[in-house]
Amino acid sequence: MAGSPLRESWGEWIDRHSGTFFIAPAVTLILIFAIFPTFYSLVFAMSRVRFTGDGLKFRFVGFRNFAKQFFGNDQVHFLGRTEPVSILGMLVFAVIVVSVLVWLYRSRKITTWVGMLGRTVSAAMAIFLAWVLGASLLSGNSIGTIYTTLFYVIVGCGIQFVIGTGLAFLCSQPISGKNFFRVIFFIPLMVTPLGVGYAMKMVADVTKGPFEPLLSVIGLENWVWSVDPWSARFVMMVGDSWQWIPFIFICMLAALENVPRDHVEAAQVDGASSIQIFREITWPQIVPVAVTVLLIRAVEAFKIVDLPNIMTGGGPGSSTESMTLHSLYVWRANDIGTSAAIAYLLLILTVILCASFFNYVVIGQLRRAKE
Amino acid sequence: MPIRNNLLGLVVGASALAGHSPAAMAGEFDGVTVNILTRPGYVIAGRLAERGVEFEAATGGKIVVTEVPFAEIFPKIQQDWSTGTNSIDVGVFAAGWGVELDASGLLEDLDPYVAADDKIDLDDIAPYFREFGQKVGGKTKLLMVDGDFQMVYYRKDVLENAGLEPPKTWEDYLDVASQIHGQDMNGDGEADFGSCIFKKRNAQSYFAVQTFAAPIVQTQGTGQGFHFDSATMKPIVNNDGWKKAFELYKETGKYGPPEELNMDIGDTRAIFKAGRCGLLVEWGDPGPLQLDDDATAVKGLIYAVAAVGSREVLDRETGKLVPVTSENAPHAVDGINYAPFAAFGGWAGAINKKADQKKKDAAYAFLSYMNQAEQSSVDVTIGATGYNPYRLSQLASPDLFVEAGMPQELAENYIGAINAALNSLNMASDMKIPGAANYTGVVLDTELARYLAGEVTVEEALENIEAGWEEITEDFGRDEQIEAQGLALGTGN
Repeated sequence: MAGSPLRESWGEWIDRHSGTFFIAPAVTLILIFAIFPTFYSLVFAMSRVRFTGDGLKFRFVGFRNFAKQFFGNDQVHFLGRTEPVSILGMLVFAVIVVSVLVWLYRSRKITTWVGMLGRTVSAAMAIFLAWVLGASLLSGNSIGTIYTTLFYVIVGCGIQFVIGTGLAFLCSQPISGKNFFRVIFFIPLMVTPLGVGYAMKMVADVTKGPFEPLLSVIGLENWVWSVDPWSARFVMMVGDSWQWIPFIFICMLAALENVPRDHVEAAQVDGASSIQIFREITWPQIVPVAVTVLLIRAVEAFKIVDLPNIMTGGGPGSSTESMTLHSLYVWRANDIGTSAAIAYLLLILTVILCASFFNYVVIGQLRRAKE
Repeated sequence: MPIRNNLLGLVVGASALAGHSPAAMAGEFDGVTVNILTRPGYVIAGRLAERGVEFEAATGGKIVVTEVPFAEIFPKIQQDWSTGTNSIDVGVFAAGWGVELDASGLLEDLDPYVAADDKIDLDDIAPYFREFGQKVGGKTKLLMVDGDFQMVYYRKDVLENAGLEPPKTWEDYLDVASQIHGQDMNGDGEADFGSCIFKKRNAQSYFAVQTFAAPIVQTQGTGQGFHFDSATMKPIVNNDGWKKAFELYKETGKYGPPEELNMDIGDTRAIFKAGRCGLLVEWGDPGPLQLDDDATAVKGLIYAVAAVGSREVLDRETGKLVPVTSENAPHAVDGINYAPFAAFGGWAGAINKKADQKKKDAAYAFLSYMNQAEQSSVDVTIGATGYNPYRLSQLASPDLFVEAGMPQELAENYIGAINAALNSLNMASDMKIPGAANYTGVVLDTELARYLAGEVTVEEALENIEAGWEEITEDFGRDEQIEAQGLALGTGN
């Protein structure tokens, strides 16, 4: 084919860079709306910010906004009360530290220096969280927003995973009306979190709510969940689980329905019990999906804010306040610097915990599934 | 909701606008929309919207009222006006918050508008609200729509049946509450509560604890203040005076509703109207609120005392409590130091300096309309509006409230309590310095909530408040805050 050399080279150049052209708009948007604000917020996190008639006025304060969460007057709010430390707290802390250090020592033979660096960061976070756990919760002291958040993430995701997977398993069985239940179970996920918050507030009202007669029958007519820290956190988790179990349910249902029927039928022919079939055939095939779903759910759970904001305003005290809600309240007071610092601490916590979970659990399960 | 009062208000208001107001020329504000931001619910916002309809009918100016949660009012206005968004033309908020906005040059100077307004009659506004509430740095920057004091209310019938006197000190308050707690006060067969105080975090709980602290900490008159040492702006909060106030405040929870820590002002108002509260710490609203159709259980039974005092006061030198004497508390009566707390200072409207001139004109005309006696003297008699008396003509005699349906004796008690608070030489003023919303609405509120929930001890809470207040003072500049505090308390230049 004849053509000018200029046109050919132009066409070739376009072809050669077509991938860049296609991806450029998305990359630009991400840079503008995600990456740039993330770095710009670091400026806020290291400043005291005041609103003036001429706009925002910054005063650089270094890491002071971060430091006060650990050592200043926000320490109890963020970490919880860490004194006095009980013997149980010290023992658990010591056991965790030794375990983590042994794990780290053994890791040096099976990973690269980059992997070793990552494991050191994970180990440092584990030791820090173990110290806070031992000094606060296990010593009978109040916990701060960091462990309230972890409570929502770890216990909440655990409960949601067990119930969601159980419901998915039931709906994957050949029972009548299962399509109806699938739709019913999925509905809460479509409700806005604000709606869930207000609905749960009405449902959990101990004086006028639907459970008031039941509470009276069992002698709990004077029980008020909203004034006790743990019952308030528990009710919060009930609301959160009501909304998010459907997410686990729908993902796990898809995974369960992808398990080849011939494997299951072969096991049945060989006389395997239902429990054996689930343990030996079904579970190994759905575990990659399960850990991935848990990871996604955990990332989302770290950001819980609507329910405690609506149901208790973070109270009693600050006992239902997650780190996101803490950041929101500080931001609402126009203390933008401290708010950004708390948001960064949440980002660091989320990234390290989720990356650790991904590296040491998800990837392992995916490798095992391939084998 | 007392419908007759609303209708009366609408008729009176419409005729006032149509006939007299200088801003009432038909069509003067055609096509102008004034956006107002304030708190949620009918209280405060509802009446603004209703009066806005009258205003639009008379002048063509449209009033749009946007409601946000209480804790978001100030930051939203500050962000909107500072960053040049300017989606809000008028903010209706605590009078004391205006000083911070004015320090940033965000408030329109209303003096020229007032000078041309022959309807507003500023001399009729009680001096405290006119000088403290409406003025910043000697210039009128806000117009009141409400006047606020926190008082103690009691069920006259319940106390009389129990042979008890209304409390004079906070110890008396606890004693009365303990004796009437558990009684059936509304005849429904259920045990009711000795004391009701809204204690929910991020709401308005932190005002009531200041009502407890004021008579213990402030002894030398309004100019002394009870939050800071005015000369140094060092907080005077980490001491035995505030400690006692915190402990007394927490103690009231023993005689309150079980869910009191999660109750906002609307929740406590609902239960006191249902006849379930023997004692109540509140603003001026319960007086007229008991006339509402849904308050038949307490109609004519809720009486007020201007202030509850203390027999011990803070020695600021030592940080310890000492018995009241004529030297350390010259305003004390019968060995009790009283310091009625002008909590919140009243709701007031301020205009965004950067708004268009036409909008500013319409905004001022509307705020003036709300403030004028013809309207406000109706609004303050309706409990649900959230507006309390702030004009001398409203406080001169009980007639206004008798006409609204209050029994003569109750109206005299109600007006008498407000007048006693307003005329007290030791009246405790709310903060009116830059950062006021943060000092109390964030730092004090958070630590108080954590103390009430048992997360921190009272000593830790007070230490944290002291540190938090110092941080805010440093942010705004200590010298600037000292000057602002002097102006706020009337002791500076």
